[in-house]
Amino acid sequence: MAHAAVSTRGAEVGNGPPATIERPDFQIVPRAGLPIVAIVLGLTIAGIAVNKEWPLTFLHVVGGAAWTVIDLFLGFVLGPIIGRLSIPARVEFTTRLMPKMVLIMPTVVTVTLAAGWQLATKLGNTQTSYPLHGWIVASYIVVGVMAVIALGLLEPANIAVLVEMKKPRPNPEVIERLMKRFIYTAGATGLMQVATFVIMTRLAAG
Amino acid sequence: MSTRRLPPVTQVGMVSLALIVASGIYLSAHIPNHVSLAPAVVLLSASALLLAGNLVSLARVQGFPWARFLEIARWALVAYVIVAGMIEYAFLRNHLSGGPLVVLTLSLVVFAVHVPILIGFTVARYHES
Repeated sequence: MAHAAVSTRGAEVGNGPPATIERPDFQIVPRAGLPIVAIVLGLTIAGIAVNKEWPLTFLHVVGGAAWTVIDLFLGFVLGPIIGRLSIPARVEFTTRLMPKMVLIMPTVVTVTLAAGWQLATKLGNTQTSYPLHGWIVASYIVVGVMAVIALGLLEPANIAVLVEMKKPRPNPEVIERLMKRFIYTAGATGLMQVATFVIMTRLAAG
Repeated sequence: MSTRRLPPVTQVGMVSLALIVASGIYLSAHIPNHVSLAPAVVLLSASALLLAGNLVSLARVQGFPWARFLEIARWALVAYVIVAGMIEYAFLRNHLSGGPLVVLTLSLVVFAVHVPILIGFTVARYHES
């Protein structure tokens, strides 16, 4: 596998030549994952077209579980760990994790929301006459806030980190700034996921 | 790191996204009952104006790395058009029609255009020519 060098800031302020860190070559969007994404999105379209309760519940629950678990794990477990890793370890971990996140997160979010909306419509939960309609609207608001944070801050930071790391001489300052943004926003959406748990369990309890 | 002064594209983009999300929540909370479209149209119009403002302010930046911006934004556009298309399909599948469909479709257009702009901008702002 090809490698490239990342110079470290600490080394640049010293007297010697800038130290470099080997980073594995990687694809910003892993092409091998694209067929899997296409299959998952195809299944979601089929689920919506068929409009049966079981496939829609399956897609919504599996997608939602993946979304919440990844957000919480990244925000509260992996995030603090990444922050304490040495720069070479952080670079290697980032080049392996972030390209996968480029495909996984938009896919699970799209599947969860599309299947969830269809399921709620089929069950009549989106009607204003539904007794727990207020909780449904609360879920829209929570998802809306998460969407703005994820689309406006998290996703652009994810892509920008990967593009920076792809450069022949990546700037560690830029990577650090963008990674901070990524980790903080992942933590914020992780916190919002706690609200999702409260709402979804309340709706499931009826 | 680049010290080039840039307009607050990310902040404006987030406000724009928040406005269409608010518009979508407002409509979704009332559908399928009759709902006044005025608040949703106002929110959508404000969001579209911010999108246009972002493009104009970016166009006025001297030496902005447009090649890098477009290289990233066009692929992001492909991805978000697919996402927006899936959401639109869910609306059509549930026989949404009339004014709410028009407002939600236009909201999806703003979403599918603005997110790639934010991604392209975030990448391009760190581009060293």
